[in-house]
Amino acid sequence: MPTSGCRLDENPGFFSRGGVDPRAKVFVTFAFLLVVTSFGKYEISRLTPLFLYPVSITAVSCVPVAKLLRRVLVALPFVLFVGLFNPLFDRQILFKAWGLSISGGWISFVSITFRSLLAVAAAVVLAMTTPFDRLCLGLEKMGVPRVLVTQLQFLYRYLSLLQEEAVRMVRAHALRARGNRPKIRVSSAASMIGFLLLRSLDRATRIYRSMLVRGFDGEVRLMKPLRFAWSRDGIFVAFWTLYFLTVRFVDVPGRLFGWVLGR
Amino acid sequence: MHMADALLSPAVGGTMLAVTAGLTAYSARKLKESPDESRIPLMGVLGAFIFAAQMINFSIPATGSSGHLGGGMILAILLGPYAAFLVLASVLVVQALFFADGGILALGCNIFNMAFFPCFVAYPFIYRKIVGDSPSRKKILLGAILSAVAGLQLGAFSVVLETVASGISELPFRTFLLLMQPIHLAIGIVEGIVTGAVVTFVWKARPEVLESAAQNTPLPGVSLRKVLAGLAVAAIFTGGALSWFASTYPDGLEWSMAKTAGTEELEAPAERVHTALAALQEKLAFLPDYGFRPSPAGKDSQPEVAAAGENEGKWPAVDPATTVSGLVGGALTLTLAGGLGILLRGAVSRRK
Repeated sequence: MPTSGCRLDENPGFFSRGGVDPRAKVFVTFAFLLVVTSFGKYEISRLTPLFLYPVSITAVSCVPVAKLLRRVLVALPFVLFVGLFNPLFDRQILFKAWGLSISGGWISFVSITFRSLLAVAAAVVLAMTTPFDRLCLGLEKMGVPRVLVTQLQFLYRYLSLLQEEAVRMVRAHALRARGNRPKIRVSSAASMIGFLLLRSLDRATRIYRSMLVRGFDGEVRLMKPLRFAWSRDGIFVAFWTLYFLTVRFVDVPGRLFGWVLGR
Repeated sequence: MHMADALLSPAVGGTMLAVTAGLTAYSARKLKESPDESRIPLMGVLGAFIFAAQMINFSIPATGSSGHLGGGMILAILLGPYAAFLVLASVLVVQALFFADGGILALGCNIFNMAFFPCFVAYPFIYRKIVGDSPSRKKILLGAILSAVAGLQLGAFSVVLETVASGISELPFRTFLLLMQPIHLAIGIVEGIVTGAVVTFVWKARPEVLESAAQNTPLPGVSLRKVLAGLAVAAIFTGGALSWFASTYPDGLEWSMAKTAGTEELEAPAERVHTALAALQEKLAFLPDYGFRPSPAGKDSQPEVAAAGENEGKWPAVDPATTVSGLVGGALTLTLAGGLGILLRGAVSRRK
């Protein structure tokens, strides 16, 4: 896939300039998920038109496809594990075709897989196309309490910092312990986590003091305020909402099949 | 213990989102009332700390497997219930967005299962009751183990309830319960031991950290009960409204009614509101023109029934034609969606 010319880091909005307002994206994401989950558990083919949403957004916003797929696949095993019980418990034969009997359990299993692919793709697309600060500001404008939004922003900033610290501790333990792949005992883990905690607390205090010195008043501000443009964001919301409703109430794959075969 | 969107129904997901939104607003307001503002950056760093701590994998004795900290109880002990609830909520939001752990629609369920129980049930009613104002090594360990076990048991039970209520997974209630509770008993004990050890470590190294946390967080008293009552009402209302929407689609609910009562709809009293709603429902109702339409006769009809005329309106519908149209139509749609994607990306990269 060509990714040249896509500036994911600088301006990863849905479209080339400015990007769609995060509020519009959050709304469309929820609408999408509600439609995905609203289909009956034996529904497969009617879920397929919904793939257009993550696919087209991925295409337009130049999200690296390999990265997206990796994230989507990581989420699959747990869902497949729970889903695999369906063929065990639901053995009623739903249909026979070409001498093959297929039970309801297998159909709902495939349906669960499709749902999982769609839901995770929607979440990943939202996260990968929206700068986190803008997403947080959008959430605040949508009524999420400010303290939770500020919390999200702090968490996001210190995530990799503290993870690196943890990785260093694990490496230090590995270098000092015996054996090829030394295991951390519970007692060692507790003191490692304890030290990590104390260091994090110290870091938090330092950060807070330096922020106070720089005039922090409890609010993280954005240089570029959000602006809901009806000509862009309104159309975005209207288009996808209409599409999702159509897919929900009209059997698109069935129509398509009939149309192609001229029936 | 993360619930996924794929196993969730809109009614359950929406209800739990509403409940969690209420709890979040309540916690945010409670936090605003306490004057200690320095806890805001502290909360942020501790949220990141939970992620970091989860990278330290330790071996669990006598099992050969390894595990990591969940962190709910540690946060509740260090920050008190309100701040800890918000930190855990933010952790779960980031997990859903960036790590594909749980889903966006399932956030309400996940925050409720993994933050509400440790912060608002296990911490105030178990940990604080045991440890009190004069902590000792033994009390901390006992309190941590019991509260971690209780929090995880309640959370796991809630997962089972939400999954079964959603009706996407076929796991029967009892089987799922028997799968979840014992596993989470073991996890809870390990989590409790590690939590107790970490808290003891902090208590010895920096006793003031724990003291300030305990001072900042008065035990939730009557007010919590009020909030819970409000939440219950909100849950019933949204659940009712959403499941009405959900039941305009004849899957889950009506099907189970047909199974138990023998009719697809219960005899409805002829009230005006109800008939108006029913008329609206009739209009909104979506009747699949092909596929696996459940019908009252469903239970009796056997799959062996092959003649096309006989299984008209019966379930399971054995109709290879609809199957083929479904399969081929689905494949066509997927191909179209993929093709559109490739075209779009081509157009975008050419324009740049």
